[in-house]
Amino acid sequence: MKKLLLGNEALAQGAIDAGISGVYAYPGTPSTEITEYIQRSKIATELNIHSQWSVNEKTAMEAALGMSYAGKRALTVMKHVGLNVAADVFMNMSVSGINGGLVVVVADDPSMHSSQNEQDSRYYGKFAMIPMLEPSNQQEAYEITKYAFELSEKLSLPVLLRMVTRLSHSRSGVITSNRKEQNTISLPKNETQFQLIPMVARSRYKHLVDIQTDIQEISENSYFNDFIKGTNTTIGIVASGIAYNYLMENFEDGDCPYPILKVSQYPLPKKSIKKLFDTCKKVLVLEDGYPFIEEAISDFLGENRKVIGRLTGDIPRVGELNPDNIANALGFDIVINENIPKVVSGRPPELCVGCGHIDLFNAINILSEEMGSQQVFGDIGCYALGVLPPYKSINTLIDMGASITMAKGAADAGIHPAIAIIGDSTFTHSGMTGLLDAIIENTPITVIISDNSAIAMTGAQNSSASGRLIDICKGLGIDNEHLKVVTPLHKNLQDNINLIRDELNYKGVSVIISQRPCVQLPKEKKDRLKKLKKVSLN
Amino acid sequence: MKTNIILAGVGGQGILTIAAVLDTAALDCDLNIKQSEVHGMSQRGGAVQSHVRISDTKIYSDLIPQGTADMIISVEPMELLRYLPFLKEGGLLVTDSNPFVNITNYPELEELYAEIKSHSNTILIDAKKVAKDLGNSRATNMVLLGAAASQLPLSDESLQQAIKTLFERKGERIIEKNIEAFNKGKEIALVTIS
Repeated sequence: MKKLLLGNEALAQGAIDAGISGVYAYPGTPSTEITEYIQRSKIATELNIHSQWSVNEKTAMEAALGMSYAGKRALTVMKHVGLNVAADVFMNMSVSGINGGLVVVVADDPSMHSSQNEQDSRYYGKFAMIPMLEPSNQQEAYEITKYAFELSEKLSLPVLLRMVTRLSHSRSGVITSNRKEQNTISLPKNETQFQLIPMVARSRYKHLVDIQTDIQEISENSYFNDFIKGTNTTIGIVASGIAYNYLMENFEDGDCPYPILKVSQYPLPKKSIKKLFDTCKKVLVLEDGYPFIEEAISDFLGENRKVIGRLTGDIPRVGELNPDNIANALGFDIVINENIPKVVSGRPPELCVGCGHIDLFNAINILSEEMGSQQVFGDIGCYALGVLPPYKSINTLIDMGASITMAKGAADAGIHPAIAIIGDSTFTHSGMTGLLDAIIENTPITVIISDNSAIAMTGAQNSSASGRLIDICKGLGIDNEHLKVVTPLHKNLQDNINLIRDELNYKGVSVIISQRPCVQLPKEKKDRLKKLKKVSLN
Repeated sequence: MKTNIILAGVGGQGILTIAAVLDTAALDCDLNIKQSEVHGMSQRGGAVQSHVRISDTKIYSDLIPQGTADMIISVEPMELLRYLPFLKEGGLLVTDSNPFVNITNYPELEELYAEIKSHSNTILIDAKKVAKDLGNSRATNMVLLGAAASQLPLSDESLQQAIKTLFERKGERIIEKNIEAFNKGKEIALVTIS
């Protein structure tokens, strides 16, 4: 039966049908719907497939590795910047290898629709020397996920599956097939495989290097890498992942006269690339993200350029692909029209009416006028909108957790007051360790945890912090005198300002929990929080 | 036959529901479909859009190329104009006339309507009022879908069936109100065009 599925949902169904026993993930656009689909799936629930959110991407990937160690298949899912958080385990599990099939899904965000950068995860796959897959459409996302688990077990390696925003968030009809039973527990045959002391690691790494030829050979012959003959050899085209669709869109009935190498599996199939080089005058590389393939197959000095793409300016160096910028590169006569009528104004996203972050920003801004020299270090979440007017309350926004640690460094440098604003879920994701640094040195910073009791920006998923913030801060060693809870409401504005001012003037570390649930939370979640709140406030 | 539709609005105005009706109807009619949408940050009061492509032949791109959209359906008048570069020559514009003002530099309404009316083949209606008069202002999006229906490659029956399927869990009354809104939109469009 044909089902209408997002690229993310097709992938998730593929993972269920590949017989996974668990998915481990932290929410992040554009990857979130993969895990949510499995959480909502009736069959996944019946089969007892683990799908609860992890605290961050590193804990998620490590748990997936643990499940794989036990012989079962595991999926781990994150957005591109999440892989930075999980990079430690990611790099090392390519050396140890895996036991039960393990697939790492990373959703990249070219054009930065909802991200701080447009890093291309394919570099990570190459870095870790593991096979990579990059589906071009929803049906392929389903099939390639099932294949990814087979490949992972065949090579005893994790497999990286790369998605991009437009495929993650586009629906199409998908035909699904049989579901494989879950693996039973079976421990690794080689007892030392996962014991990466240097002696073992050296031999494991040697093994990883040695099997590169096998990985290459599999990719050369992969069903997902397709050489499509063409009659016009003035240009040969390499199109990876979703780029293939944008390319074909430019030809009536997909009738492209140029030879095409459609790439959905890496390492790059060398024989097919050579065939394209040998038969075509030029090679145009179409890839969403960085010029990963283009760099690999261009000549280093750029003196004999046969390869064109983003590096040569034939395709814009930054931003995502679309049918139009590809038409342009093919030399088609199209005008890219950017003439939106003048009467149209920009409409950036905004904080919801009644959002607690707004009341916090109002207090911070009044204090800013008073203090003059205050610097506010922000973090990742809805409250990042505090950098924009009308608030303009936040000076920095870098990565998950950087608010507290940057405030600490700035305070060490002599900035005062140094304020960190971090959400509840971001705090448990990556803020706790930084707070410990500050507590150990009693650094004069004020950490405001803007606690809306949800991972709000990605759709109000449950936050690991809910009901635990006070205990966590106390456990880390915060002085009870400087651990405060406020309710960000307009009627409390003056009280909140007074309380925050006192802490700003304290020459040591303070934590203020500014606590009011996200206005988008459905009633049942609010009810759940009411029960937790008792724990939190006592 | 390929039909390219752009849906526009502000986060929370129900454009993904319009998309879902189109998707469901197209799938039931055994047509191919691709529908891209925006999630995440832009949901909150920001501009949102969805590209819907329906065809009896293979559809490659998830995104509509510029100048090839057969119609733009918008739940907000300024958002309609944001996607004009995608509209093909003579393509249909359907929009609600009620502005969603959450920015300080929102244009003057007269100027906005003048720009919209300068395009031929335009249906500018107070869909919100129509839906409200029918007793469900949340069905504004279905009024607009109804207004565009005569130009869609899907029969009214299949669209109505899709509305039934989608609102099934919300009960008979909600289904009825949405279908009424759809029918009323269609009726108004006939008058507006002729």
